[in-house]
Amino acid sequence: MSRSTLKILARGVAAGAVATVALAALPAQAANVFRFAFQGDLKSLDPYSLKESFTEGMQQAAYESLVTLDKNLKFAPGLAESWETPEPTRWRFHLRKNVKFHDGTPFTADDVIFSAQRVRASGSNFTTNVPADADFVKVDDYTVDMVLKKPNPIAIAQFPTWLIMSKAWAEKNGAAQPTPPNATSPSYATLHENGTGPFVVAEHQPGVKTVFKKFDGYWGKVESNLDEAVLTTIANPATRVAALLSGEVDWIDPVPLQDQSRVNASGTAIVMAGPELRTIFLGMDQDRDELKDSSVKGKNPFKDIKVREAFYLAIDEDTIAKRVMRGQAVPSALMIAPSLYDRGAEFKRPATDLKKAKELMAEAGYPDGFALTMDCPNDRYVNDEAICQAVVSMLARINVKVNLNAQPKAKYFAKVLAPAYDTSFYLLGWTPSSLDSHNILYEIVGCRKPGDKSGRGSWNLAGYCDPKIDAIADKVEAETNKSKRDALIKDGFDVLNADWSYIPLHQQALAWGVSKKVHLTQRADNLLLLYWVSKDPQ
Amino acid sequence: MSGYDLDAGDAPPVPLPEVAPSRIARWRDSDLLASFLGSKTAMAALLATVLMVGLAVAAPLVSPQNPYDPAQLDLINSNLPPIWQADGQAPFYLGTDDQGRDVLSAVLYGLRLSLIVGVLGVITSGVLGIALGLVAGYAGGALDTLIMRIADVQLTFPAILIALVVDGVARASFGGALDVGPLIGLIVISIGLSFWVQYARTVRSSVMVEKGKDYVQAARLIGLTPPVILVRHVLPNVTGPVFVIATINLALAIITEATLSFLGTGLPETMPSLGTLIRTGNRFLFSGEWWIVAFPGLALAGLVIAINLLGDWLRDALNPKLQ
Amino acid sequence: MLAFLLRRVMQAAAVLAVVGLIAFSMFRFAGDPVNQIVGPDTPASERAEIRRSLGLDDPVLVQFARYAGDVVRGRLGISYQFRQPVSQLLAERMPATLELAFCATVFALVVGVLMGVYCALRRESWLAGLFQAVSLIGISLPTFLIGILLIYLFSVTLGWLPSYGRGDTVRLGWWTTGFLTWSGLKALILPSITLGLFQMTLIMRLVRAEMLEVLRTDYIRFARARGLSTRAVNLRHALKNTLVPVITIAGLQLGSVIAFSIITETVFQWPGMGLLFVQAVQNVDIPIMSAYLLLVALIFVTINLVVDILYTVVDPRLRLSSARTA
Repeated sequence: MSRSTLKILARGVAAGAVATVALAALPAQAANVFRFAFQGDLKSLDPYSLKESFTEGMQQAAYESLVTLDKNLKFAPGLAESWETPEPTRWRFHLRKNVKFHDGTPFTADDVIFSAQRVRASGSNFTTNVPADADFVKVDDYTVDMVLKKPNPIAIAQFPTWLIMSKAWAEKNGAAQPTPPNATSPSYATLHENGTGPFVVAEHQPGVKTVFKKFDGYWGKVESNLDEAVLTTIANPATRVAALLSGEVDWIDPVPLQDQSRVNASGTAIVMAGPELRTIFLGMDQDRDELKDSSVKGKNPFKDIKVREAFYLAIDEDTIAKRVMRGQAVPSALMIAPSLYDRGAEFKRPATDLKKAKELMAEAGYPDGFALTMDCPNDRYVNDEAICQAVVSMLARINVKVNLNAQPKAKYFAKVLAPAYDTSFYLLGWTPSSLDSHNILYEIVGCRKPGDKSGRGSWNLAGYCDPKIDAIADKVEAETNKSKRDALIKDGFDVLNADWSYIPLHQQALAWGVSKKVHLTQRADNLLLLYWVSKDPQ
Repeated sequence: MSGYDLDAGDAPPVPLPEVAPSRIARWRDSDLLASFLGSKTAMAALLATVLMVGLAVAAPLVSPQNPYDPAQLDLINSNLPPIWQADGQAPFYLGTDDQGRDVLSAVLYGLRLSLIVGVLGVITSGVLGIALGLVAGYAGGALDTLIMRIADVQLTFPAILIALVVDGVARASFGGALDVGPLIGLIVISIGLSFWVQYARTVRSSVMVEKGKDYVQAARLIGLTPPVILVRHVLPNVTGPVFVIATINLALAIITEATLSFLGTGLPETMPSLGTLIRTGNRFLFSGEWWIVAFPGLALAGLVIAINLLGDWLRDALNPKLQ
Repeated sequence: MLAFLLRRVMQAAAVLAVVGLIAFSMFRFAGDPVNQIVGPDTPASERAEIRRSLGLDDPVLVQFARYAGDVVRGRLGISYQFRQPVSQLLAERMPATLELAFCATVFALVVGVLMGVYCALRRESWLAGLFQAVSLIGISLPTFLIGILLIYLFSVTLGWLPSYGRGDTVRLGWWTTGFLTWSGLKALILPSITLGLFQMTLIMRLVRAEMLEVLRTDYIRFARARGLSTRAVNLRHALKNTLVPVITIAGLQLGSVIAFSIITETVFQWPGMGLLFVQAVQNVDIPIMSAYLLLVALIFVTINLVVDILYTVVDPRLRLSSARTA
């Protein structure tokens, strides 16, 4: 063999030897490390930049809110030890003392007031979490009042996802505004955190991995026994499952439906599944006078209620739930999960009826159907693209030719969200962050008006508008009597269904793959909260 | 490997046949036929290629289902295994995917798409490369330098990278909602832009050789214009090597399309090519639904291997030096 | 000689300038940069202000000059997806790609040379036939199919090797390495084979062809005539003559290996630059796409330039005949 080849070989052997020595020299791993993998990445550490369940859960390991949710989704004290409403328009929060941010500065009322401004500033994705008309007044260092213009019994409903930041830290690092719009340099807060939570972000490589370490100066007692938690992104579903089964990671989300029985049969891990609060639904553009990318010119077929009904009746949700979702979905008659609305069970989903759907299409003047484009994310919800494909097949039976445009969520959202609302027909999933029907009536189906800053109809991508709904939503907001409130909500949902305004499909099942060595709490809002995760020591 | 340009960077590791006037003679000569009949591999490869092309052309006639017609898909038939397994059902001989799409039909239609994209891509790159090669070789001077410099820059990038960039830029410019027709056009253009250099170089060097020859001079003297001379006298001499390049590039083009689709930037799941089918099937590989990925994978591998074998044999047959 | 080198450097610079122009055009004209930066509810006045602050209203030539200046200083823009400087993202992921490319090249060289030599010396043996068949498959099967196959075999069925990622890495300064942990080394095996297979095929075919050629030359016949043993002739003389072009090709192909890791990295979810690039294409993250393009061009140009210079230094006769291109 030639000398150069030998040299290369020798080098390889040397490298191997060095590696072995280095391995032997590494200290035994004593720390209790929880490794977990998610399909997407943690885009930003800034707690006001992206309203997305997984991101919110991760941020809540490092940041905390005034009011938090317990394991049953009931309010519990967080950074506020207690709160009261001395008068209907005034909420008083008593802040916890001896709380320190990760950089050592103490937590005070000034931080709350600062956070209340920042969360509602332009660029924040969480503006509706704190009422727009609320004034925050410092009473003393550990007492803050929130003063409202009118009574609002659900004013703090979205406080659990409003995380408190340090005023001094944010101002020092030029992060006083949520992600500045002309971000020619990245915001400090998207890459660093300084919360009060039980975990510190020790390392953050977006799209690769994020390392959380226990915060020694935490004010409270933490249920978790972890020293460290390492998040990696594994986009490929099959790879994710393989990593769980081989023990490379202790937790994955989501487990692809087709792999659930295999995970359960493995003996080393189980699937924790439960109905999620998220409702998957289809929206039809009822705003434009002519649909974009449609064969129908000069008019918008979705403005005809018969077409909307025909679409609804043509889509066989039971088969989607059974085959595409492999039984891991509950067909829904409402735009909200039944567990979030006590009278939800009173609603029944109309049965699929192809014959009637065809008749309706003919009556509406489309006996030969028409063509349009459907927008669909392909990495956001469980089997999202497969659901859309099934919808395309089902609509083909009433001669509607759907051109499917399935894209990664970043591109999908950029297309369909405000201000473009560039879509004719789309699939979306929604969990009301207040866990209350008002959020649906207000944000999802409320009338959207150009330039309206209130947030009403901000997620009403279809541009559906019935003033009756808006009137009902306003009454629901102010009503404090539960049964009256539930009756009002029922009126609202009745109007919605009578209009065939949206096509609710199902609540998808939560499916975490969890190693048997790990003990944790799964809440229906799908947030992975590290402070409830424990792992058997090695 | 997908889209590797055989002479990316530098000196082609597998030399292309040199161009000599005797080439035409060689072509017409029965040497080629004899060598073909003598090579069992070549005959098997040709047979396999013809079979697959035939199936692809006849796909609409022989497929149990039109996999691109959503109305023919029924979720009730989803995830059926091949017919010889316990739950298999006729007429889904090779099973179905998660949408109830018949795998056999999808493979046949996929072969068709792969071949269409491949052939169109090869034609595009061939026409582009030959034209530029003729111009560069005949005109010489600054134009020649310019074209060859562009070729150098082009060679800096592997085909798949160029295709991905063209695709990304098109998406940014037109939005995501491209119809299948324009999408195929886009992929064909990406492939055309990626593979023209080899043709251009071969044709150019051939033109350089021929240019000085007496008959070209004579043709010029009797008043023939350069385009006529080029097309009538020079082009026939390069048919052989161009044919070899085209065969090898057909395999590369098919792989490139499959790779693009596998990476999620090619053809959509509603109109799957072999690459798209493999991407979809890959999701189900670990869960035991192996047939969704296995059959498209086999079809793709078979097609590419057959075409490569043909190309290899053609190159050897046309280049006695290598034997 | 100096003039020759100078001309080479100039050519390399010209290539980079052209690629830079392409990258700039993508950066500037594919989609509206302002839309990528601001939130959807930003009013028109604010948009106009941002346009001005980014200099998008300046003449295109001025913009290109500014872009070139930024690139030279390592400022490659901010990723739309991650809102982080692209240079930082690339730097974070570069070690993963380079380590993978290195292992793939070593694998291709060692195995390719061994198989090539064997095929040349024992042309008629069944093993040589098998190697030839393997090389045909290596050249025919798409990378992603090979990767899937290896994962199915070694990760799913046998459970021997990890199917994704780099395993545990150790940080040495800004570099992260997988060479120092057991899981890191195991994670390298399948991706390296997948990525190196095509190079291995090339090298094997090349070594075989060159060996056959060399063995036929007078020089070898003379060596044999001198009474040297066949083994000595084969290895000391024939292989040695073969290795120069082989190593040159392997070096030149390093750039392609790096670019080709795009596919391997996607299949194995390898957190390198290639995966970053594919995600950028899917999400139309133009700054990452154009920066990656520039980086690949730079790597190619540098490698070619280095090879040119080495050749000139080693063998002055080559400097005129070398038709090497940047």
